[in-house]
Amino acid sequence: MTTLELIDSYWVYFLVGQYPNGPLGGLALTLILASAALVLAMPLGVLFGLARLSPWRWLRWPVTALVFVVRGTPLLMVIFWAYFFLPSLTGFKTDQFTTMLIALVIFDAAYLSEIVRAGVQGLDRGQVEASRSLGFGYWRTMRWVVLPQALRTMLPSLVNQFVSTIKETSLGYIIGLTEISFIASQINTQVFTMPAQVYLVLGLTYFVLCFGLSRFAFWLERRQTQRVSLTDNSKVT
Amino acid sequence: MAGRSPRVLREMLDFDYSLLLSGQYHDMLLSGLMLSIKLACVTLVCALPLALFIALLRLSPVRPLQWLGFAYVESIRNIPLLAHMLFWYFAAPEFLPESFREWLYAGNIEAISAIVALTLYTAAFMSEDIRSGIRAIPIVQLEAGRALGFGYLASMRLVVLPQALRVTVAPLISQTLNLWKNTSIATVVGVAELMYQAGQVETATFRSLESFAFATSAYLSVSLLITGAAAWYQHRYVQAKSR
Repeated sequence: MTTLELIDSYWVYFLVGQYPNGPLGGLALTLILASAALVLAMPLGVLFGLARLSPWRWLRWPVTALVFVVRGTPLLMVIFWAYFFLPSLTGFKTDQFTTMLIALVIFDAAYLSEIVRAGVQGLDRGQVEASRSLGFGYWRTMRWVVLPQALRTMLPSLVNQFVSTIKETSLGYIIGLTEISFIASQINTQVFTMPAQVYLVLGLTYFVLCFGLSRFAFWLERRQTQRVSLTDNSKVT
Repeated sequence: MAGRSPRVLREMLDFDYSLLLSGQYHDMLLSGLMLSIKLACVTLVCALPLALFIALLRLSPVRPLQWLGFAYVESIRNIPLLAHMLFWYFAAPEFLPESFREWLYAGNIEAISAIVALTLYTAAFMSEDIRSGIRAIPIVQLEAGRALGFGYLASMRLVVLPQALRVTVAPLISQTLNLWKNTSIATVVGVAELMYQAGQVETATFRSLESFAFATSAYLSVSLLITGAAAWYQHRYVQAKSR
């Protein structure tokens, strides 16, 4: 069997798993899982980030502790906890996708909260003061003045976080989630004679996806600094 | 549905400390922790020189060498560590000569492939930190070195690097923290480190809470030590200097 024959006979399995005759898997599942995790982690990350900057101690301390614990443990540990304790906590038998999704959302929210915190702290204090002096309360200041600006500066970091999340989904392999790494291993077991080709294709797939996205983040960041320097110039003249 | 939820409470109430304090399972968990620490240390020792080498490649005046460094860093960073591990465990030994492969399979191939994957992965991230450290040193330092008659490598080694590495220590410590957490992924190729042993103890005793609590607190403690080292360094050298 040559590499081309390998790709020819397994590419559908690699991209979508057993779908439509079975559950969705492969690259499609990896992308869906990563997107869903980031989308769900985003609001939680904003809440955590604001909680860490909150003036109330009873809110700030527990969230700060949670973020420190999550950042100090490997993602695999979070997945194990979710895998073994979600069923007994909720009473439902959670499938691998939900388990992985919940672990990723908690894990990503902790990291996003740092990005949000940096974004909010990087904002000029005058913005908050101006809004408060216009009679806006805390929440309306956050909603209409602080977050829209902070989120814009955070955009490149968010794209990079998406890259990390795609890479993190590979750990679903360990709990038997049929994402792309798991599928690649299945193919490797079936073909048996071509491990190098199978894993190189796997690596290449991740590379194309993540490299493209991180270049996009780089481009966003550069465009932002250019725009900032343009507005600075217009102030001078 | 509601009838099952007290199970967590029950498990918490009869938390079995004796399992963690002595006996066979205590030994398994502890040997896992030791192996995790060993993995991290060996990787750190191998990755640092490699990272420095890659950083110098990326900053070298020769174009093809820059590209080589760029290709290394991007190709490693954009592929998850798990895929690296699988490659080095399942695929890479195929390329080795027969006799060497037999020797490898007779020994601890799991740990070796994990260390190779971890080293290459960590070096890619560390080289970026070292590179930005070097770039933070004003170019006149290098030029002054050259003007005094030192070659490129000599002025790097004697003038730029001693200053750059001092700036780089803090980000390198935080990469070490990532490395520490990444050692857990070695469990996929069957290295008997902490995560693997926690899983084994769980399977053998059904004491998930105890074994995971042990693993989590062990990971957290080492992470805290590493974070503490970073804070100490910051306090001792960076702030003291600026005062």
